[in-house]
Amino acid sequence: MRNFEFHRPQSVADAVTLLQGNDAAKLLAGGQSLLPVMKLDLAQPSDLVSLAGIPGLKEIRSEGNDLVIGALVTHHEVASSPEVRQRIPGLAALAGGIGDAQIRNRGTIGGSLAHADPAADYPAAVLALGATIVTDRRSIAADDYFTGLFSTALAPDEIITAVRFPVPERSAYAKFPHPASKYAVVGVMVAKTAGGVRVAVTGAGSKVFRLSALEKSLSENFTSQAASAVEVAPGDLRTGGEASPEYLAHLVKVMAKRAIQACS
Amino acid sequence: MSSEGLGVSVARKEDRRFLLGKGRYTDDLTLPGQSYAVFVRSPHAHATIRSIDASQALKAPGVLAVLTGADVAADDLGGIPCGWTIHNKDGSAMVAPPHPALAQGKARHAGDPVVMVIAETRTQAKDAAQLVEVDYEPHPAVAHLNAAVADGAPKVWDEAPGNVCFDWHLGDSEATDAEFAKADRIVSIDLTNSRVAPNAIEPRAANGHFDDVDDRYTLYTTSQNPHLTRLLLGAFTLKVPEHKLRVVAPDVGGGFGSKIFHYAEELLVLWASKRVGHPVKWTSDRSEAFLSDAHGRDHVSHAELALTADGHFRGLRVRTLANMGAYLSTFAPAIPTYLHATLLSGPYVIPAIYAEVKAIFTNTVPVDAVRGAGRPEATYLLERLVDKAARELGIDRVEIRRKNLIQPDQFPYQTPVALQYDIGDYPATLDMALQAIDYDKFADRKAESEKRGKLRGFGVSTYIEACGIAPSALVGALGAGAGLYESATVRVHPTGSVTVFTGTHSHGQGHETTFAQLVNERLGVPVESVDVVHGDTDRIAFGMGTYGSRSAAVGGSAIYKAIDKIVEKSKKIAAHLLEASVADIEFEDGKFRVAGTDREKTFGEIAFTAYVPHNYPIETTEPGLEDSAFYDPKNFTFPGGCHLVEVEVDPETGVVEVVEVAIADDVGVIINPMIVDGQAHGGLAHGIGQALLEEAVYSDDGQLLSGSFMSYCMPRAADLPSFKVGNHVTACTHNPIGIKGVGEVGAIGVPPAVINAVIDALAPLGVTDISMPATPEKVWRAIQAAQGGAA
Amino acid sequence: MATISLIVNEKNHVVDVEARTLLVELLREHLLLTGTHVGCDTSQCGACTVWVDAKSVKSCAMLAVEADGAAVTTIEGLAKNGSMHPMQEAFHTCHGLQCGFCTPGMVMRSTELIQRNPNPTEDEVRHGLEGNLCRCTGYHNIVKAVLSAAETVRGGAQ
Repeated sequence: MRNFEFHRPQSVADAVTLLQGNDAAKLLAGGQSLLPVMKLDLAQPSDLVSLAGIPGLKEIRSEGNDLVIGALVTHHEVASSPEVRQRIPGLAALAGGIGDAQIRNRGTIGGSLAHADPAADYPAAVLALGATIVTDRRSIAADDYFTGLFSTALAPDEIITAVRFPVPERSAYAKFPHPASKYAVVGVMVAKTAGGVRVAVTGAGSKVFRLSALEKSLSENFTSQAASAVEVAPGDLRTGGEASPEYLAHLVKVMAKRAIQACS
Repeated sequence: MSSEGLGVSVARKEDRRFLLGKGRYTDDLTLPGQSYAVFVRSPHAHATIRSIDASQALKAPGVLAVLTGADVAADDLGGIPCGWTIHNKDGSAMVAPPHPALAQGKARHAGDPVVMVIAETRTQAKDAAQLVEVDYEPHPAVAHLNAAVADGAPKVWDEAPGNVCFDWHLGDSEATDAEFAKADRIVSIDLTNSRVAPNAIEPRAANGHFDDVDDRYTLYTTSQNPHLTRLLLGAFTLKVPEHKLRVVAPDVGGGFGSKIFHYAEELLVLWASKRVGHPVKWTSDRSEAFLSDAHGRDHVSHAELALTADGHFRGLRVRTLANMGAYLSTFAPAIPTYLHATLLSGPYVIPAIYAEVKAIFTNTVPVDAVRGAGRPEATYLLERLVDKAARELGIDRVEIRRKNLIQPDQFPYQTPVALQYDIGDYPATLDMALQAIDYDKFADRKAESEKRGKLRGFGVSTYIEACGIAPSALVGALGAGAGLYESATVRVHPTGSVTVFTGTHSHGQGHETTFAQLVNERLGVPVESVDVVHGDTDRIAFGMGTYGSRSAAVGGSAIYKAIDKIVEKSKKIAAHLLEASVADIEFEDGKFRVAGTDREKTFGEIAFTAYVPHNYPIETTEPGLEDSAFYDPKNFTFPGGCHLVEVEVDPETGVVEVVEVAIADDVGVIINPMIVDGQAHGGLAHGIGQALLEEAVYSDDGQLLSGSFMSYCMPRAADLPSFKVGNHVTACTHNPIGIKGVGEVGAIGVPPAVINAVIDALAPLGVTDISMPATPEKVWRAIQAAQGGAA
Repeated sequence: MATISLIVNEKNHVVDVEARTLLVELLREHLLLTGTHVGCDTSQCGACTVWVDAKSVKSCAMLAVEADGAAVTTIEGLAKNGSMHPMQEAFHTCHGLQCGFCTPGMVMRSTELIQRNPNPTEDEVRHGLEGNLCRCTGYHNIVKAVLSAAETVRGGAQ
């Protein structure tokens, strides 16, 4: 690993200042994605700005019909939070299936969303639940947030502070994990929300995406048969990985079906 | 009877240090003045090294030296030798290309070490290694067997036309042809035995120290056999006489074959230590381990079985291509030949067998022994073929095996492929395993699985293995460069406690406990009063280490022989003290007694007398109580048994779950049942890993695609069920304890049982073949193809 | 270089480290606590598992500077007053270790597992250990040891 300057600011504003004008600086939250890539020299930041010293980013709270989860809340805390388990059990279950226990003790929701790994689990939840990414300067709708492979709508010096989830009527996540890495080969989150049915797929593409055809048929008739009927074109899916696009397309349907069954 | 002798599950003596975090593994040891080595390895599978520019690296902080193949050549270090020579069908010797410790002229696989950087800290060495510039001219490379033997394939070595290392055969071709000519049925199969990476959880490490005061080298290394490493360093690579070389293998975090071999890094840290005047330590990263530890398996075979109409085996023909990788590792040529083709009779009566094995060079990491080594390949081939024969002839899979098993009254049994099995009871282990898994109720379980949308399959494998390899004269005649005996010294201390020095090496097997149990069994000394010393060439006279399930069968026998001498001498001392004739002294339960009387001396009293010889038969007997023995096995040992597996396949995703494993092994006499079961468990996980999860995948141009635990799937706890393990003992007839060996049985027996179970589950859908590893996508595609789907 | 202070196995330490120093490097190379092992470079094997503020983490996926002010427990700190933790005892009696290399991480994670879930099923234990690799035992006796230790601890709490 290349060396770097380590910073531990006490406020979001100070953290933003440290990022400004330094393209080679990176934020550090739980580090469960960033440190492994830095160890392999795949990322070589000049500065790491740790968020760990900033108060107020570790809360889970209800605000009206929303559940607000601070950026530094760990996967384990989401998975074991009575509030999340009661209000959005599908989200708690998703968080409880990320990586492994040790990773869930360190990895954070904010870190996962900022990293935007195309095979991460949280993006599926954020997109399917129609969540809002709250940053130091604005709120970004999930539909506008994921812009591509490992890329997001965040400005280089912008910091996620929380994620706001509208509580759905029902939701569930079905994941086909990679046997070695435990990332999602395909993960499908299905949510019945006030604004209609939303279905998000992670793993299968260069970024998380919605299955609008399935959302439409589920809005009319919320049954698992709808998943089998929907057409997923292999051509739209990731290539070059271990799984072929045909298999990925098939898994999208199967995981969608299982997610629907789990939230029926 | 003693309470800690044979057959007792004594909890392990070695556990405490590991559980308290006080184990001493090679990387844990930091010597005064320690420096650190990092290797720059070729990113190309095949390339000419045009030039190396180390100028920037040499200027980096803390750097002590940057060494290359030219330095290795200038100092006349020997190439890494291959310890086994195989001869071609025409009697000529195999092609054994040079294997310089650092690449000279060309790199021949991705990961081939090119430059060694030594610095004061590990971090400095890593930083400086980034500054070394190597100018490569890449060449076409070849990784896979069928591509390597194709016309016009890239040549790994100019001296090996067609990339052939050797073209070898075993068995009677004419007799086999005759059986095929009169056979009622012939069943054939094409198989790939997938390539695996060994992946002991402790990565390899080596710490070399040259002491210029004593003019002596010490190597701390992650080795399964420190004496063999010293032998090869002394005679071939470092070329220093053995009294000037000490090799220590301290606690070693698993081996599985990969730490048998003498690796270049072991030589290089010693050599570099003398050059830089500091101890030099190298510790492998996992990514580096994937590119530098010898891999295993990687066979492509075509096999044919000749049968009578009622399913009796008459003849077997096998053609195998075996991948050697880019260089010949220490025992590589022996694996697909004498540890594979000789096993092709399995536990069956097959009157004629003929096997041809071609070993092939490719631009990949060398391939050598991994847990089982050759025997899993033979078992997989035979058990897949037998299952296919059962299906094609419409005979029950269990019955076709039962019909062909060698019967208990047929031992000793001479196979047509050189081995003579001494003893076994294969029908007994088959029945025992069937009972353990409740075979009669399989249909009920299958129906229950089906209700949950799962396809359940049952798989069987009856197997034998050959271990405790075996008379030195025989292996020498077959091409081995070493003897394969074992040594032991039993030192009885004046107060009656005992230290055992063994030439085997324990890296998980529990010898510190089981060998103490042997002493307890024979001398009555409590296990806690027996220490077992292993892994240090300065403390142990000689040894051949631990691999091939040999330690208890060969090393334990050496301990028994040394104890025989101790008992014999003790009887003389007892006879003197008890004023009786030696012939009248009986030894039982730790006491020497004059037969038919109550006059006795304890073993402790004899030991004390031996060291305080005031009243002593000094005219005929030397003081002291210590003896050594070397044991050279009379034959291989032949563990065998039956492994049964039930799987559930999710037809929607192709995911295979192993839901039941029941095995019955005959590993001979058991010292410690708990440890024996533990060895079986580990082997089963290894074998199930190969069958379903693990594969070292190379691209066509020689890049290892599954080169980390992110992509190479190691079995985890949730991938496996609990195992039902049973044992049926027939005692080995030719060693003094009756032990056969258990370290590899799981990895040998279970892979075909898993695949046979998967095929059984999918057979109703029309699937007849699936290769290892049976990954979800592969299973899903097989289902689609069988059903005429688009995939 | 950064100066950090932390508690390791109930002992205070003040150490100078480079920013890039991993927690496991601090433990093994600076504090000479070599019971914590490194088995991979991609944070899968779990041999480096320690507790940071009472939670099991992979010390190869955490910077030493991130542990500034934290309380770290390694395998060397698990036994108290010379007697092994019930999890260590259970690994011994159930033969839950062979080569011993994965054992420290396995024990640290298993101990957290039964703290969070005092009465786990076999399936919960198997899934709870998915961050730890063992090549020797086939996990059979590790699972047995964790279930046995859970029972011991439950018994002791009653």
